[in-house]
Amino acid sequence: MKKRTVLLAIVGTLMAASAMAKDVTLLNASYDPTRELYKDVNQAFAAQWKAQHGDTVTIQMSHGGSGKQARSVVDGLPADVVTLALAYDVDAVADHGLLAKDWQKRLPDNASPYTSTIVFLVRKGNPKGIKDWPDLLKPGVKVITPNPKTSGGARWNFLAAWGYALKQPGGNEVKARAFVRDLYRQVPVLDTGARGATNTFAQRGIGDVLLAWENEALLSQRELGKDGFQIVLPSISILAEPPVAIVDKNVDQHGTREVADAYLKFLYSPQGQELEAKHFYRPRSAEVARKYAAQFPKVNTFTIDELGGWRQAQAKFFADGAIFDQIGPGN
Amino acid sequence: MHRRVLPGFGISLGYAVSYLGLIVLLPLAALAWKASGIGGEGLLRLLSSPRTLAALKLSFGGALLAALINAFIGLLVAWALVRYRFPGRRLFDALIDLPFALPTAVAGIALTALYAPNGWLGRWLVPLGIQVAYAPLGVLLAMVFVGFPFVVRTLQPVLQSLDRDVEEAAESLGASRWQTFARVILPVLVPTLLTGFALALARAVGEYGSVIFIAGNIPMRSEIAPLLIVQKLEAFDYAGAAALGVVMLSFSFLLLILISLLQRWSNRWEERAA
Repeated sequence: MKKRTVLLAIVGTLMAASAMAKDVTLLNASYDPTRELYKDVNQAFAAQWKAQHGDTVTIQMSHGGSGKQARSVVDGLPADVVTLALAYDVDAVADHGLLAKDWQKRLPDNASPYTSTIVFLVRKGNPKGIKDWPDLLKPGVKVITPNPKTSGGARWNFLAAWGYALKQPGGNEVKARAFVRDLYRQVPVLDTGARGATNTFAQRGIGDVLLAWENEALLSQRELGKDGFQIVLPSISILAEPPVAIVDKNVDQHGTREVADAYLKFLYSPQGQELEAKHFYRPRSAEVARKYAAQFPKVNTFTIDELGGWRQAQAKFFADGAIFDQIGPGN
Repeated sequence: MHRRVLPGFGISLGYAVSYLGLIVLLPLAALAWKASGIGGEGLLRLLSSPRTLAALKLSFGGALLAALINAFIGLLVAWALVRYRFPGRRLFDALIDLPFALPTAVAGIALTALYAPNGWLGRWLVPLGIQVAYAPLGVLLAMVFVGFPFVVRTLQPVLQSLDRDVEEAAESLGASRWQTFARVILPVLVPTLLTGFALALARAVGEYGSVIFIAGNIPMRSEIAPLLIVQKLEAFDYAGAAALGVVMLSFSFLLLILISLLQRWSNRWEERAA
């Protein structure tokens, strides 16, 4: 009896599916370190969507540096959704009229379903005794961080250091500028991207400390063995909020708004949050966060809004001739 | 009436011109058009920045030096491959093209892995104070690597067609080996050598993928001009990026014109000598 019900159900589903199933394709333009995360998310979402609607969703991925991905979408890459490293890059897409300017208010938590922070990755046993930001300026300590002008991750690194200096007792902009200037004098290699910097540090053995996304640090720890590297949490760091958004113009053209919307909301669902935590991104959901508490120790963070938001930060720090250029040589 | 060997001159000329226009001139025109957005003052500021100048100096200085090294080593290698028979010659010959086939990023990563302080070669060189990876020397090395096949491949056919009788004649007339090389062989090779030099130079100037991995990319020290372009693109500064592109292009164009003038001069000199 029970068997027959199941059989009927299967036949029924198959018939229903064949009667109205359609194939939907979504293109997600993302940045580099999310490769592994979205592979899992896409699979889980496609299965869920199929179960609920009977349609087959295929999600294609395009990965690259966050800024480059934003430019590709501006130049016509038909991405239905963008999942980038920082809000400024999505703003740039919005500035070209491809999505509403208030995109960050359309989803919860500043449209960032998961967060990360900037941590220190040091060599086994922490031979240089690095515990907090000031230790990075000690003579002989070499710091690896990519160039903030070419890497979204590196901008978070810069701002984390800036914010630390600003928030010290008696901290002000002049002191913060001196701090980051001294910090970048300790940098022997400026890679163009976050993965490149990780390779320089882990594979080439350059430097004593790598400033990295927490998710990248945890990933390299897993890939390269726990005894190779240690993670050091600084006393204060920045809350990195990688945003996600629907590209209005493209979904309207493709007729994919409904599924794209469900896809991004899936990132906030318990299942999505679980996958993100598994891939070393800090989940927003308190429940999932509790489950992964051992992986994500509590860290004291500040947000980009305290520095005036991304647009202001970009203009103030990273534009041509702005603070990052001023503290470097040759200007 | 003079008859051409191949028919359809009009069609082929038309095809050549429109193809050239579509593939080469149109993108260049678009580049110039984008660059015009920066204006005269912006261009002046860009060109007077010490950082831009340092990057241009590294890119062009490095490329010139790399092409020179390639011209010299390439001549030796081409000579050895054409004139001598040794075991594994065909294999070596095939290996020459490898830098063409390799994605440049792979070349950069391989070179960096070799010369990094913990690499096979780097671990011996760095204690001696020779830093290759993450230094200007690394930039030069990557440029030599990617430009190497050009000189060898342009010289080989010319060396092959070189008549040995001429050398024998020179020798029988009492020329020393050096005189034979300098006054008989080299003059024939110079135009081709210049072609190979120009190709290697052009390739090295525009090289990005491999250099970026080994350079270290420190402003004023090991930052190449194409990286500055990428940095401007990342900041959505299309006009600035295009302007720097046009500057690089103009420099390269001047250099290539200079080389082709040299070539014509050496051809004429040779004709007169003959």
